[in-house]
Amino acid sequence: MNKPDPLKGYRGKAREVLERMGARVWADVEIETDKGTYKGIILPRSEQADDLHVVLKLFTGYNIGLAVDRIKDIKERGFREAHYKIPEQEFPYDPAKPNVTLLGTGGTIASRLDYRTGAVIPAFTPGELYGAVPELADICNLKTEKLFGVFSENMGPEQYITTAEAIGREIEAGAAGIVIGHGTDTMHHTAAALTFMVQDSPVPIIMVGSQRSSDRPSSDAAFNLRCACNTASHGNIAEVMVCMFGPTSDSYNLLHRGTRVRKMHSSYRSTFRTLSDIPVATCTPDEVKPLRKDYRPRRTDRNAKVDAVFDDRVAIVYYYPAMKPDIIESLIDNGYKGIVIAGTGLGHVNKPLYEPLRRACSQGISVMMTVQTLWGYVQMFVYDTGRDLMELGIVPCSNMLPEVAYIKLGWVLAHTHEREEVARMMLTPVNGETTEREPYDGYLVFQGGLPEIEEFLKRGLR
Amino acid sequence: MDAWRKKLTKGVDFDDAEFYSKLGFKCGLEIHQQLDTKKKLFCHCPVGYRNDEPDAVILRHMRPTLSEMGTYDGTALMEFKTRKQVIYQLYRENVCTYEMDDTPPFPINQHALDYAIEIALMLNCQLVDEVHITRKQYLDGSIPTGFQRTAIIGIDGWIPYRGRKIRIQQLALEEDACREVEDSRHTIVFRTDRLSIPLVEIVTKPDMFTPHEAAEVDELLGRLMRASGRVRRGIGSARQDVNVSITGSERVEIKGVPRTPDIRPLTHYEALRQKALLELRDELNNRGITPETFKADYHDITNHFTNPEIRSMSGIPQGTQRINVVNLSAWQGLLKHKTQPGITFAAEIAGRVRVIACLDDIPNILVLDRQPEGILHGELRLSIELEEHIRAEIGADDDDTLVLVWGDADDAETGAKEIIIRAKEACGLIPQETRQHMTDKCRTDFERILPGPDRMYPDTDSPPIAIARERVRRIAAQTAPRPWEREEKYKKMGIPDQLATQLAIHVHAGLFDRLAEESPIIHRLVAEALVEWQKAIKRDKLELKLNIDSPDEARLEDFFKTAAYKRTPRRALYYAFEKLCYGEDAEPPYPLSDEELMKLSKKIKAEFKEVQFKSPDLTLNFLLGEVIEQSEGRAEPCKGKKMLENL
Repeated sequence: MNKPDPLKGYRGKAREVLERMGARVWADVEIETDKGTYKGIILPRSEQADDLHVVLKLFTGYNIGLAVDRIKDIKERGFREAHYKIPEQEFPYDPAKPNVTLLGTGGTIASRLDYRTGAVIPAFTPGELYGAVPELADICNLKTEKLFGVFSENMGPEQYITTAEAIGREIEAGAAGIVIGHGTDTMHHTAAALTFMVQDSPVPIIMVGSQRSSDRPSSDAAFNLRCACNTASHGNIAEVMVCMFGPTSDSYNLLHRGTRVRKMHSSYRSTFRTLSDIPVATCTPDEVKPLRKDYRPRRTDRNAKVDAVFDDRVAIVYYYPAMKPDIIESLIDNGYKGIVIAGTGLGHVNKPLYEPLRRACSQGISVMMTVQTLWGYVQMFVYDTGRDLMELGIVPCSNMLPEVAYIKLGWVLAHTHEREEVARMMLTPVNGETTEREPYDGYLVFQGGLPEIEEFLKRGLR
Repeated sequence: MDAWRKKLTKGVDFDDAEFYSKLGFKCGLEIHQQLDTKKKLFCHCPVGYRNDEPDAVILRHMRPTLSEMGTYDGTALMEFKTRKQVIYQLYRENVCTYEMDDTPPFPINQHALDYAIEIALMLNCQLVDEVHITRKQYLDGSIPTGFQRTAIIGIDGWIPYRGRKIRIQQLALEEDACREVEDSRHTIVFRTDRLSIPLVEIVTKPDMFTPHEAAEVDELLGRLMRASGRVRRGIGSARQDVNVSITGSERVEIKGVPRTPDIRPLTHYEALRQKALLELRDELNNRGITPETFKADYHDITNHFTNPEIRSMSGIPQGTQRINVVNLSAWQGLLKHKTQPGITFAAEIAGRVRVIACLDDIPNILVLDRQPEGILHGELRLSIELEEHIRAEIGADDDDTLVLVWGDADDAETGAKEIIIRAKEACGLIPQETRQHMTDKCRTDFERILPGPDRMYPDTDSPPIAIARERVRRIAAQTAPRPWEREEKYKKMGIPDQLATQLAIHVHAGLFDRLAEESPIIHRLVAEALVEWQKAIKRDKLELKLNIDSPDEARLEDFFKTAAYKRTPRRALYYAFEKLCYGEDAEPPYPLSDEELMKLSKKIKAEFKEVQFKSPDLTLNFLLGEVIEQSEGRAEPCKGKKMLENL
């Protein structure tokens, strides 16, 4: 085993000075500078920070940075290495409670600070989770498996496949429900992928994350985890769903169908919304209240259909008014097999793109049309442009979300490249990725400032 | 004034060095002063106070987290026990998603950082070279994130006092917290308008050795900050916490002392409270009760109260879910130990139960100590028979003290455990608490456990900010002189002591310095005008309910320079200054020429030739007064006097 670096995170000039003075991280020191003496513990430094300062933790708990070129002497008075650990306690087993498996992919659901890098490191074992959120033991027996520890932007086809296969194994092994801890950025991509890769699950498959990591007292992680575990253990909805805050208040969560959900705000707690439809249910740590009747109910069999394949030669093209043909041409030339266009309005792109799109279709590339309005259907008969595009061979994808279409196309292309079969599979919904009807309340974006909305916000329900 | 306060402050010498030194009295200050920026510290919301209906509300909860050193903070855990629902009131104009903890921080307000550096320099602090934003956890809900973003700007400063140095431990730049609107049972309501206003927190070492010294140093620091010209004024813009300890005790913090003079009685009675707690500990130890041998347990005795007659007689509310009794082994009589005037140790326990178990209907505990007449405490009544019955049931010894606590099952359980925790603490060290003042502003009550360094975490949302040396030089060059330096200078210039003190922290002290350098002849008048005349005129304006702004610095400068050039006599200057302050276009006039003065003197002499006072001197003074009056102050008194004498 490598010896730990005694000057972790320090580089360049700072490292040179500290080395010369014989200093090391975690040393309790007295630093003499040209403007006075400072006492504290030398902390590891974030690797992205400059090489001009040393970080000191004062006895008050505050951190400060001192310029290394002011340092005249460093005296070590002691050594105090931090052992940052969530207290691990054995997760209690209760034979009367359902067994739930929590699969970890990374993200901030349960985490701790690594202040070497300032990064948030996931904490994950059942013992750690029990130490952090002991209420979980009132809900279920928990088994955890860490699949990987990646931030959600690093999730991809390989991870989707591993996760789907792990879910299949756990269902077969008798889990009453599956919870997947996931970073929130691409949670909706993974939710869509798992919907296609694990079909007809007999048990709930719940994706959960947090918008405020659990190193913060105001974190939503504990509440989300409790809601997710309860939904997985006791809920009757056997679908892939995202379980995240309903309003920004700590009050209830929403269960979103994995194919209709999208992260809609970069930082709000209630960032996930169901688009062009209503959520499947609301839930709390104690109960699940369905909002609709057409969900797939829990079954006692163990017959999930795992179909974990993906062809990653797929791209989303977010159309903009002056887009040039070379964007499409480069996808063709680079061997892509599927293109999802997020078009304007009802599903449109400009004329200069017709030619490369025609070439794409004629070369067997599947080109799908979705809308960048996110809400609503593609309708390519209304305007000439739309009809022209369909003639080129572009397939209108109904009200499928662009990201869902991307995931589904990757999954479909792993089954067939035959364009008509691809189109058929794309337009045959697995679980709500296209719907025949949009309900009257499927599109609700409240506008602040209106008296009736302000009245609503005064009740703390946002 | 509150009757208690009157009684408690009468005849106490708060500067009795011998008395306080015997106690080992030590006091340190934590001063929170808002900075005068337009926007908040970590977002772009305009600073503003609101007292109207909120535009929206949200609901949150707080959970403790681990410190980077790998431990839970004691306060954090304790506050978690209270399981509070926290409601935040939001205002469209003054609050954004940052304050709601739905948006990460924006880069720090650079004006606030400059101001903090400036004040740190005034306090002779060693500046840090790189500012690290730290999270200071507060689980009471006062900040929606659950932590305050704060950063050390300077350490190890000092200010002069009574010929010695009062050491400044640190100056931190931090965001202000919410204002509490209501706290009842498991719900606490906060208003977010004040949240995230930049403030500096100045912490002194415990270098004040009498309550009077603590108050004076507080005053001195307040003056220093006013002198900086960088701080907000008005109610709530400055708040102070006061730390007190005596020999053998630990630091106790009195939070939010409203006015500087209140520091004297509050610290005095806090020191006495600590002494009383030490005496209680000695008594416990004498009885053989130490933290190691301490024995206590609790029992559910709800069933003894099922008889509706007993329940109704006891005064414990109908429908109470759970009644617990705590048995403190061999504590007989000790809960009656006085800790503050009119307050016993039982109240210390009740305070804990109130905060930690959210049982805030007082009385929330009932002490059963074999009073011969049974318990009679306000509405609460318990017969000696019932007490004996309970004692027998739980197997209490004769010298045990029982404490009842009741409420919802969870709260009654938390309450019982808390009673045991507090009683056990009494056998050892004095608990490090934050205490709130009672309405008499002399006595205090428990607020929360004092948090330690374990509640500090680096803020991973904010990068460290290097402070360029050039920036420090620029700020140092424009920093206002410290008030004590100015005061000394003014006194040397011959300005009377009291005037010098006030002028040293005056908003226009800078203007005064410039004028005094350029036109030394009238500096005394300028000082008087700026401090005393302006104050009197302001008072008059207030009485007349006139809402007229005071002249700005440029206008004042112009005015005084003209006066210096024209050598305007004092009285004429006063009249012109008054007009100026009432918003008129006034200019200081020239003094009367010799001819004018002669003419006027002759006229007055003729007019009042009949008037004769007892002595010629008095007559002369009367005539001079008339000359000055009729010239609207333009007559110079010395010249006028001479002329009148020679006529």
